[in-house]
This record gives sequence, structure tokens and C-alpha cells, in this order.
Amino acid sequence: MELRPYSEIVKNAFNTENYPTKTSSEQLNTEKLVLRKYFEASDSSKNNLQHPELLKDKHRQYLINSTYKLSSVYEVLDASQPWLCYWITHALSLLGIQLENTRKRAMARFLAKCQSPDGGFGGGPGQTPHLATTYAAVNALVILGTEEAYNVINRKKLLEFLWRLRQPDGSFEMHEGGEADVRGVYCALSIASLAGVMNDSALFENSAEWVVSCQTYEGGFSGCPGMEAHGGYTFCGLAALVILNKSHLVDEKALLRWLVFKQMKLEGGFQGRTNKLTDGCYSFWQGAAFPLIYSILHTAGHTPKTHLFSSSALQEYLLVCCQNSNGGLVDKPGKNRDLYHTCYTLSGLSVAQHFLDKICLLGHKGNQVMPTHPLYNIRPDHVRKALLYFSQFQFPRSPTDETERT
Amino acid sequence: MSDYSSDENDDYVLYKNRPEWSDITPLAQDDNEEPIVAIDYTENFKDCYDYFRAIVQKKEISERALELTQTAANLNPANYTVWQYRRDILKGLDKDLHEELEFVEKIILKQSKNYQVWHHRKVLVEWLKDPSKEKYLTEHVLSKDAKNYHAWQHRQWVIKTFKLYDGELDYVDLLLKDDIRNNSAWNQRYFVINNTTGFTEEVLRQEIEYTLSRIREITENESAWNYLRGLLLHDKAGLSNNTTVKAFVEELYESNNRSPFLLAIIVDMCLEQVGAGGGDSNYSAKRAVELCKDLMEKFDTVRANYWQHMLDSIGSESGEGTSGN
Repeated sequence: MELRPYSEIVKNAFNTENYPTKTSSEQLNTEKLVLRKYFEASDSSKNNLQHPELLKDKHRQYLINSTYKLSSVYEVLDASQPWLCYWITHALSLLGIQLENTRKRAMARFLAKCQSPDGGFGGGPGQTPHLATTYAAVNALVILGTEEAYNVINRKKLLEFLWRLRQPDGSFEMHEGGEADVRGVYCALSIASLAGVMNDSALFENSAEWVVSCQTYEGGFSGCPGMEAHGGYTFCGLAALVILNKSHLVDEKALLRWLVFKQMKLEGGFQGRTNKLTDGCYSFWQGAAFPLIYSILHTAGHTPKTHLFSSSALQEYLLVCCQNSNGGLVDKPGKNRDLYHTCYTLSGLSVAQHFLDKICLLGHKGNQVMPTHPLYNIRPDHVRKALLYFSQFQFPRSPTDETERT
Repeated sequence: MSDYSSDENDDYVLYKNRPEWSDITPLAQDDNEEPIVAIDYTENFKDCYDYFRAIVQKKEISERALELTQTAANLNPANYTVWQYRRDILKGLDKDLHEELEFVEKIILKQSKNYQVWHHRKVLVEWLKDPSKEKYLTEHVLSKDAKNYHAWQHRQWVIKTFKLYDGELDYVDLLLKDDIRNNSAWNQRYFVINNTTGFTEEVLRQEIEYTLSRIREITENESAWNYLRGLLLHDKAGLSNNTTVKAFVEELYESNNRSPFLLAIIVDMCLEQVGAGGGDSNYSAKRAVELCKDLMEKFDTVRANYWQHMLDSIGSESGEGTSGN
């Protein structure tokens, strides 16, 4: 794959058509920052034709250090501690790195402390269980992949927890008394299918119809019916429907059109909504919708021959514009690194590099990262191993059936 | 209690030094011996949350517990456990919820991209059955960030729940006048019409007129093009049979405009006509093929793979094949 020449990139500048507004001026500011990065990259490649390099060692160091101690800036994520575990372990696993066994054990024990005796995982030890942190905790435990980690999950209580959050219309609250949106359905489905507690179809009755009602006139999905199409919710909505085997309910042509237009022609990265700015994290949220759409197209006999977005432009954006030289990745140039963006930019890079079983690599071989499963954003080998493990155990159909099982 | 206001750092007194809390033994977070993602909490944070954990364990419903949740919420507005507990206290003490509206409003104005604060606000409005301040609040937030997703979601909920559609289209017009590229405002336009008049023939005619005028002003505004497609979802004749729209796109194309959104909609109009048996020869597979090639090679190169995919689908669906082109 080739880098776009700088002279070509510049031609893709936003056209204000003599009609400047706040949106266009913010867009032009971002383009300026991005162009500076691309210029630096092209300048050095004049003499040295080396492609941008993924700073694997730096990222590894940043991530490993973060498993121990985080600065007080992370206080705002005090109610998201399982997320920190997931972002780190997943990012590391994409780089092909596992935690040492003692660290795996420590993390599994920590996540166990976040689990509520009533089922589900909270944002930290002793916190109320929450669907998003349960999703993160289950994903992190699956990535750890040890028997000790798997056995942390109290599956019987987990199912009870999911039942408590289910709403009559098929949506799910994020916690008891909390808000309900598309994240809820996706998290519940991801958790239930990974932990092998899905055999109760009543839990997701009406969920597919509710999710489909969130597909907007633009083609993407919104957080709840009526709202604006958005990358994060689009991923959640589409992945939920695929897990439910109901992807035929999607208007996939409108969705695909909306998605491809979210890739920015100058930056190469994705925006989250129409007329908003590029953000590295949407490399995954928008990017991972593509392999899910390929599976829909495949079923219809129209398997695509390549990625339907520009894989090279996305990799270019991630490698040239989103890397912090001290490790960690960012939203866009000028932003601080953080674990969330490090996880989702690397996940987006993984989606871009892997098309079906082919590799599409920008730069040298060392830039390659491991594939990720587009439904769960965990490596496919980790998904398979967990599914196999949990399938060994019998499971009660619903909380009301418990008596049958003693 | 406001003596200890956490905004005034100089006067801030740690809970462990407050005499009215001396009966409580603070409860530290149950951390691992071996640290995992251990946040280096500031002294104020750790102190407040140690006492928070202690009263949650005691299930204490009291004025001092209410004050403590205020500090905890200010330190981390994303802590949903704190908000949920605070709601239990508000109910338990039968507090004045209008005061609570003011409290959460202050946090919303500082932390407007946060699920928990907006959800708290929503629950209060539900309890009070009083939506009178919500439009103003969301307008205040949107005046600073006209695309704030949480603010829009709250506004839609209030409008829908309490039937407050009156005047909303004027507000949308105001925002679009300010920034015609504001996609959230376009989405709100769709929301209002969809839930009030619906897209009747007359409304559709007016809205198409309005949208085409906006596209004429700037032809690369994806928001307006997407809205146009949204409107045409309600045109029984489909995307490719509206004479006003057809005349408009052809005129724009003739004027040598090559906005990718223009070419893209013509491609889809062609595909619709071809799929329906090709009633309108102006919208042929051949034309779609040429447009896809133009988009791939000249006008929308970043999406070349997508246009190639469209090209391939034309070949397989129309039966005309693309080899002749």
C-alpha cells in the first residue's frame, strides 16, 4: 500500500464555497493540524522512503505502566475501572503482548472485587453494577483467558442482573434506575453471548425491533429513536442485530452509504457524525461496522473484493496523526494521549489491516497488529477459547427456572 | 454546610476533620495488594469517597449524606452510584426538587458531555412533572455547543413526553441560520415534522423546496443532502421520480457542479430506475457506471473502493454489464 503524496492530500481540503460557518472553520482548523503532520511525514520520506512506523515498544511501555499506576487525571474514570483494564489488555493483545501470569492473576482478582454479589460488575470495588462496566469486565476476563479469570464471572447472577435491566420494549437500562439506549442492548448481548447465557430468547424479545427503530434517515443508528446518527451507536446497533441474527432488518445500503461518507477525504480518519470532526476512536466504531456489513453482503451473495473504505488512508491517519511519540495514541493531533483512544485507534488499525483473511498493510511488516473480532472487539482466538470454555457448563434458562436445577 | 463548598479550595475541610462526621469510620476502596490500574487519588477525592463508601454501607439517609453526595458528584460527575444514592436520599428526605434542579443545572453547565448528569435531570423532571425549564436549559448548553448529543437527546425527550413541539421549528431555523452545516439541527427538523404533521404531500413539497434552496447555497453540505434523501423516503414515487428534485439535480449537473453528494444521488436515482425496469431513460445503468468512474477517479477518490463496489453491483443487477464501457 502506498502513502498518498502530500500534493494529493492537500487537494482534498474542505470546500467552504464562500460560506464559512462554525462547522467549516473548525474543520479547517483540524485540517491545518493534520496537514502539518502529513507534511512532516512527506518531507522526511523525500530522502528516506520509509513508511510511518507503529511505535510498538513505546505503546507497550505506556500500556504496561498503566496497569500499575495512573495519575490523578484518571479520577474522572474512577467509575470506569474495568474499562481501564479492558482498554489496556485489549490494546496489548493487539500488539501480541500478554500480561505476566502474576499480573493476570492480580487483574482477575481486582475485577472479582468489582463484581456485585447480585450479579454484574460495577465501576470499581463496591460500586453498583453497570452494563458498560460489566461489558468491559467480561471482555477483560476473556482476554486474560485463564481459568481463574473465566471463573470470576458469576453467570447465574449475571443473567439475573441482565433480566433486571431489561425494559418491556426490548431496550436495556445501563443500571437499575439508569438511562436506556442502544449501548444497553449491545452490551447485554455481547455479555450474554460471550459468557454463554444466551439460550434464553425471552431476554431479548423485541430488542431487534427496538434497535432497528434507531436507524435514522441518514442511514446510521442513533442512541434512541429520533436522535442523530452517530458512529458509536451505529456500531452498537449493528453488532446487536448481528448477534441476534436479525441483520436482515437493517437498510444496509443506506447504512453503507452513510458509513463510507464518514471517512474524511483529507484526514483519512473517520468522523462520528455528519459534519463533525475526525476522531481516531471512530476508526474502530465506524471501521468495525464494515466487516459486519461484509457478512450481510456475503449472505446476499455480494461478497466485496476489498475493504469498502480506504484502508490505506485510515492507516495513514492513525500512524502519522494519532501516535504520541512517547507512547499511547490520540484523538487527533494536539490532543493528549489516553487509554480509551489508545485502545480504539489500535482496534481501528487492526480492522484496516485485516480484510477477511487477507492483510492490507501500510508500511513495513513490523506495523502489523493482530486481528480483532468485529462483534466484541477482542481477538478472535480469545473469543473462541472463551465460548468453548463456557459451553461446557449447563445453564438455567431464566431466573425462574432455577428451581429445576436445584 | 455550604461553609465547606468544594469550589472554594482554601476553605475546604476534609471530612475526616469535620466534627459532625466523627462517628463514621471511613471505608477505603477495597484495592488489591498488588495494584491494578491504581488511580493516584488526590487527598480530597479519597477522603470524600472513603466517607461515601461508609454511609452507603450503613444505608444512611440524612442531610449530611446528601451534602456528601454533592461533594462526591462534583469530584466525579460520572459516578452513577453517587447519583443513584443521591436520588434515594432526595426521596427519603422528601427534599425540594426544584433546588435539586438548580444544583444539577450547575453541574450540567460545567460537564455537559456526561450521561449521568442528564439522566439525573430527566428523573427530576419526571418526578416533578414539570418540563418548564428544560427548553431554556438545553438552549443554554446548545448555545455553547450546538451539536451536544446529550442536550439534544434531553430536549427530544422533553418535547416528546410533554408535547412541546410548538416553536421548535423556529428554533431549528435559528440554528440553521447560524450554521447551515449543523447536522443536529437538520436531524431535529426531521424529528419535529415526523412527530407533528408527518411528511404529507404538502409538507414534503415545502421541505424539498427549502432543502434545495439550502443546497443551492452550498452544494457540498452533506447534512442538507442527507435530509433531502430523508424526505424522499416519504415520497411514494421514490428517489428518482420527483420532478422538482430531478430538475434541480440536472440543472446543478449541467452547471458543471461535481459535488460528490450530487453525483452520488444521481447514481442512486439511476439504480432505482434500472431496478424498476428503467422507466426513465435519463437514469440508466450506463450513466451510473460513468458517474461511479468519475467519482472513483476524480471527484471522490478516497471512496474509490465503494464506487467500485457500486459499479460491480450495477453489472450484476442490470444485466447490461460494465464491460462495454
